[in-house]
Amino acid sequence: MSIESLQSYNQILVLFIFVLAIFVGFEVISKVPSMLHTPLMSGTNAIHGIILFGGILVLADADDTLAKVLGFVAVVFGSANVFGGFMVTDRMLQMFKKKK
Amino acid sequence: MNTVALILIGVSVLFILGIKFLSSPKTARAGNLVAAAGMLIGFVILSKPDGGNIWAHGGNYPLIVIGIIIGLVIGALGAYSVKMTAMPQMVALFNGLGGGAAALVASLEFIKGANPPELLGIKLPELHDPSAAITIPMLFATLIGSLSFSGSIIAYLKLEGKFEKPHTFPGQNFLNGLILLVILGLCGWLTFNATGHNAVVAFVVMFCLALFFGVAMVMPIGGADMPVVISLLNSFTGLAVAADGFAINNNAMIVAGTLVGSSGTLLTLLMCKAMNRPVTNVLFGAFGSSGGGSAAAGGVAGTVKPIQADEVALLLAYAQRVVVVPGYGMAVAQAQHSVRELTEELGKRGVEVQFAIHPVAGRMPGHMNVLLAEANVPYDQLIEMEQINPSMDRVDVCLVIGANDVVNPAAREDKSSPIYGMPIIDADRCKTCIVMKRSMAAGFAGIENHLFYKDNTRMLFGDAKASLNALVAAVKAS
Repeated sequence: MSIESLQSYNQILVLFIFVLAIFVGFEVISKVPSMLHTPLMSGTNAIHGIILFGGILVLADADDTLAKVLGFVAVVFGSANVFGGFMVTDRMLQMFKKKK
Repeated sequence: MNTVALILIGVSVLFILGIKFLSSPKTARAGNLVAAAGMLIGFVILSKPDGGNIWAHGGNYPLIVIGIIIGLVIGALGAYSVKMTAMPQMVALFNGLGGGAAALVASLEFIKGANPPELLGIKLPELHDPSAAITIPMLFATLIGSLSFSGSIIAYLKLEGKFEKPHTFPGQNFLNGLILLVILGLCGWLTFNATGHNAVVAFVVMFCLALFFGVAMVMPIGGADMPVVISLLNSFTGLAVAADGFAINNNAMIVAGTLVGSSGTLLTLLMCKAMNRPVTNVLFGAFGSSGGGSAAAGGVAGTVKPIQADEVALLLAYAQRVVVVPGYGMAVAQAQHSVRELTEELGKRGVEVQFAIHPVAGRMPGHMNVLLAEANVPYDQLIEMEQINPSMDRVDVCLVIGANDVVNPAAREDKSSPIYGMPIIDADRCKTCIVMKRSMAAGFAGIENHLFYKDNTRMLFGDAKASLNALVAAVKAS
């Protein structure tokens, strides 16, 4: 297989993952009771904090000052998103208790 | 096939399971931790697109570590200091940061592609334009990420009480449409001209316009609709992260971002359904700016009948079944602990007490559950609207605390009302309805409440916390 066809094959696979993930996302939350909507919003908010990975990858490759500054900001933002998101969700959910 | 790619499949499964567990109160906390564990594993094995582990082969370590620590401190301070009433703002803020990061990551990748590095002082010959399959996700992530960043900041400020009212002017939708058209035009051009100086200039213009568009999109929307906006922007950020995953070839980012994007979209639609308004009406309707006039002109028949706390206490103490309908006003008055005390006192006397939770009570769906959980109310006492409505006429006393629009029978009776058709809790159908309220002012949406004038309604005026404490004392004494 040539490099070009290998690349386009990879792109198709990635698109495949994307389309399937859309349906999984719809399916897993379709039965969420409205009482959990706030923690769910906050929890999914934490999951997109995975952008921290992207920030680390671009900062690791940055060589000029502009790229370093912007990459650094991206890492700070992403880190605040992922840590703050999971912490605040946990703080909410630890309060949900059943009657003893 | 390499080990890292295999582990990333496991990480994706952890994210899916995490969201799945979040959908039941018993497993929700575990679900959040499962997703966090997935994140940690992904973090440790994080690899460059060419396969080398970032921690073994990357550069700029000090900057990366300092950045992560600063973010950790900001996140932890925010997460542990925020009051539960201010939760929607906090989510908006974290979401905005995520959106901003997504836009920056895509921008850096784009600019790097547009300006190939010089080798040994010799300018390289102009490279081929990168393929559209890489450029389009980068442009998408930049556009959606920066829009989500600025939009979330405005949503945060609106929830904090700054320019809460919708800001509108004639031709606004037209102007916004025009800006969007220019943005899309620039993106279209950039798709096929992604290298060189002009591309960088056009890209920066597009970035700034997208930031401005986020502001212009959220400004005309009223404070009451911010939860819908935040949920929508949350799913936007998810999609931007997924697009970044395409651009830098990271499958875990694609799966995580897409899951958030699709589940966030569904959540947004569920919220709009609970308010019985199409999502387009929320985003472009500038709700509440003209609704006040028509409702006031209609007028409401009947008189308002006040009641004293000791009378209410008697009604409660000798009732069989009591339903509490809490609203955001209860949280503002910090009255949730007094409510729990009252319900415990009634429970000791053998009164059956339940809470009726409207899907959009509070400032965010499910916000009320969080506030009551904070006051140690067990979640099996909280009943959702559809489950409690059929038995509302067998309720002796319905106690409405700081709720307004979600119990307004105008939603069923008055076709001219702006909230007509919104599902409500049928508080007016119980035997006696007690409304605790500071004054006769209209609710967040500025609509007259027909419930206050019903024959079986009594008004208990005053600060909710003070009134509830008086009720607790009177119930104990009786």
